[in-house]
Amino acid sequence: MSDDKLPVAHDAAEGHGEAAVAENPFADPGLPPHEPRRTDIDERAAKRAERQVSLLFLVSMLATVGFIASYVSIDSDKIVYIFPLGHISALNFALGMTLGVALFCIGAGAVHWARTLMSDVELPAERHAIEADDETRADVIQQFKTGAAESGFGRRKMIRNTMIGSMALVPLSGVMLLRDLGPLPEKKLDRTDWNEATSDAPIRLVNMNTNEPMKPEDIVVGSLTFAKPGPSASRPAGLQESDEDFQEAIAKDALMLIRIQPNDIKDADSRDLGFEGVLAYSKICTHVGCPISLYEQQTHHALCPCHQSTFDLSDGARVIFGPAGHPLPQLKITTDASGYLVATGGFKHPVGPSFWERSE
Amino acid sequence: MSSASTSAKQAAPASTRDKPANKAEAAADWVDGRLGIYSLAKANLRKIFPDHWSFMLGEICLYTFIIIILTGVYLTLFFKPSMGEVIYNGSYAPLNGIRVSEAYASTLDISFEVRGGLLIRQIHHWAAIVFVAAMFVHMMRVFFTGAFRKPREINWLFGFLLLFLGFFDGFLGYSLPDDLLSGTGIRFMEGAILAVPLVGTYISFFLFGGEFPGTDIVPRFFTIHVLLIPGIMLGLLVAHLILVFYHKHTQWAGPGKTEKNVVGMPLMPVYMAKAGGFFFLVFGIIAAMSAIASVNPVWAYGPYRPDQVSTDAQPDWYMGFAEGLIRVMPGWEIRAWGHTLNLGVFIPLMLFPLVLAAIAVYPFIEGWITGDKREHHILDRPRNAPVRTALGAAWISLYLVLLSGGGNDLIATHFHLSLNDITYFVRIGSFVVPVVVFFITKRWCLGLQRRDKEKVLHGRETGVIKRLPHGEFVEVHAQLPQDKLHTLTSHEQYEPVELPAEVDENGVARKVGVLTKTRAKLSEGYFGDGNQIPKPTAEEHKEITSGHGHH
Ligand code: FES
Repeated sequence: MSDDKLPVAHDAAEGHGEAAVAENPFADPGLPPHEPRRTDIDERAAKRAERQVSLLFLVSMLATVGFIASYVSIDSDKIVYIFPLGHISALNFALGMTLGVALFCIGAGAVHWARTLMSDVELPAERHAIEADDETRADVIQQFKTGAAESGFGRRKMIRNTMIGSMALVPLSGVMLLRDLGPLPEKKLDRTDWNEATSDAPIRLVNMNTNEPMKPEDIVVGSLTFAKPGPSASRPAGLQESDEDFQEAIAKDALMLIRIQPNDIKDADSRDLGFEGVLAYSKICTHVGCPISLYEQQTHHALCPCHQSTFDLSDGARVIFGPAGHPLPQLKITTDASGYLVATGGFKHPVGPSFWERSE
Repeated sequence: MSSASTSAKQAAPASTRDKPANKAEAAADWVDGRLGIYSLAKANLRKIFPDHWSFMLGEICLYTFIIIILTGVYLTLFFKPSMGEVIYNGSYAPLNGIRVSEAYASTLDISFEVRGGLLIRQIHHWAAIVFVAAMFVHMMRVFFTGAFRKPREINWLFGFLLLFLGFFDGFLGYSLPDDLLSGTGIRFMEGAILAVPLVGTYISFFLFGGEFPGTDIVPRFFTIHVLLIPGIMLGLLVAHLILVFYHKHTQWAGPGKTEKNVVGMPLMPVYMAKAGGFFFLVFGIIAAMSAIASVNPVWAYGPYRPDQVSTDAQPDWYMGFAEGLIRVMPGWEIRAWGHTLNLGVFIPLMLFPLVLAAIAVYPFIEGWITGDKREHHILDRPRNAPVRTALGAAWISLYLVLLSGGGNDLIATHFHLSLNDITYFVRIGSFVVPVVVFFITKRWCLGLQRRDKEKVLHGRETGVIKRLPHGEFVEVHAQLPQDKLHTLTSHEQYEPVELPAEVDENGVARKVGVLTKTRAKLSEGYFGDGNQIPKPTAEEHKEITSGHGHH
């Protein structure tokens, strides 16, 4: 397709000057004459502007002094009430305001100076085409060709090919070096600390807040209780905040316990995994992993605060709204000889967000 | 060649200059002899810049970037990018005795122990928010005025990359204090990475140095946040500015302004004072903002724990549309052959860069449709490019719809709406609203074009009502002065490209490719009948002014 449909450049079609103007009402009349400002013609106005600019610079100096004075004299924990901001840090307010004024006044002074006292005559400057002229272009291409010919790059194929090969391979070293950024995933995302539990060596559910094991009667209908793993072979004291891998562990182990009248539990499998209506679900949302924190006791809905995925805990934690793709995994619980809630195995499904290797 | 080198051997070029008039000139001569500053200054000292308020938007970006670097350097003097655990023991009493990471503890120290530390932290954060916002608005200015056209397409890309990197660096910086809110953001990122098919789990393990959250992420983010990304951005920024100087600034149409000149005031002194002063104005305002408005009070959130969350988890505004994407996407998951494809997260993850890329490639698409290879230095008024303006408005509306999705919980609680309704609205609205906005904007532009035409041909309404001899009342219209007429008619109008004839000169059927056809269709959509109002011609104007002179 050709470019012959392009509009004709305006200034090429219409000339400047009187003749063109008379002929074409839309022609460019050229730059309008400069209109002087007050400060251009009235020396008193100019003097006033000068004083205003200086005053602004002076205020800036005072503000800087104020900044230093605030820094040395105001305690960093002093709180003051300033209307309408409320109770705020006195030091932060004083430093910010003085610094703000000191900077602002320099700016205001400079701009005021430029606007009132520096020349405001608009001047035209010519533009030059970015493209080089044909001669330059031909010259450069010739130079390049000469250079290329002198290198023999095109002629000596073996050099060229081996060079390309070596250049292509050398970045691999860089990629290799990234390998030790972290360990391989293996099956780590599939397992939690609960997997250590067996029916012979169950793990107690421990209340997240009190650090005590719990009995089914501790879980009342309508409440939401958070739990973590109690003592096990590898963690004799149970999962503790002081454990080195506490964050990684709690990111997968965290449980929420609720109690629903067994008749209200719609999903039979889910009921069987629980104990007398006490159900233990993973607290970690299956969407992208926020902890679930809200529970609506009438409907038995649990809501994730991040993107509002909603799970029906009376129906196997089915997703009833929001972007999560699958139910919250449930942990099978029962009680031990002393009547405390225990897990006898891990979650059937991996907890948290789904990933490529997740096989149901 | 040879003669030049022999003569150089005979006598090295010596300065034949007159003695400098004073110390300052002598110093300048000294520097010039080593760096050649005179030649550099010759072209730039009195460089002309046109004046318009919208040209300041880019300056705000530059200045906030400088402020961010200055305050950022200060913060690195106190911040400890480590996830090693310490027991907090400082002047923020509610957290005393609590186990926190060093990153979090040092952020609290910056906020409460270091005098002025809180101020600098807040200036840093506020400046980052303003920086991204200013880049966004600056980009919109460039888009709607067509300032991205040849020769500035590459600079448009540089600018776009700066915006994109700005997004990420903002997110990374937000993540560093290791507070409850930022940890939630990182968790979000981990979940998104896990959704990537095939390699997602591996990337996650390599990034976090093992399982989430691990102890590597904060120091790694720190290096990326303070070194890698700002380094790239600094390079892009310098390139961006060099190109602005090299291309010379665009200007609005007006009397005396052509494609071949640039009209304005010189860099020295006017713009040095104005632009330099503007830096201080921006800095001053952000400092004052930081004095009165608290941003990201990490102490109130507490340290990060993967099993805890604050209820109103929200990213900074610029990540809001990504948040919206992820919130309103249905939770589609495909499970097959022992693998899970988490489309519910993966699709938003892909859409996020695509939505942004759509605007990044626009200049090249428009250039292809118009086939215009000339340089453009006179800006378009948005109304005079109705389809472009409408596309831009549609894009913004998509962004805003998704942003409202990202804040659906806030909107729900503030306006007492159902969260589900908002989500459904956003799902449908993401498709419908941009289309509606497109058509409204286009019609609006055409209406404005019509009004301009009216003004040119019939003059402007004076508000004076005159009674004609036969009793009719008319409003007196005054002819526009020549400079206004020129300004209103100086824009160019393209004609749609036509498909080549079905058969060539020899009567042989010509093959017309799909691309050619698409281009012709698009061109028709841009410039065809009804998609722009033909601007008045001098003949029309003459006829009306002479014929109907009594109006
Ligand atoms: S993480 Fe729970 S809804 Fe997204």
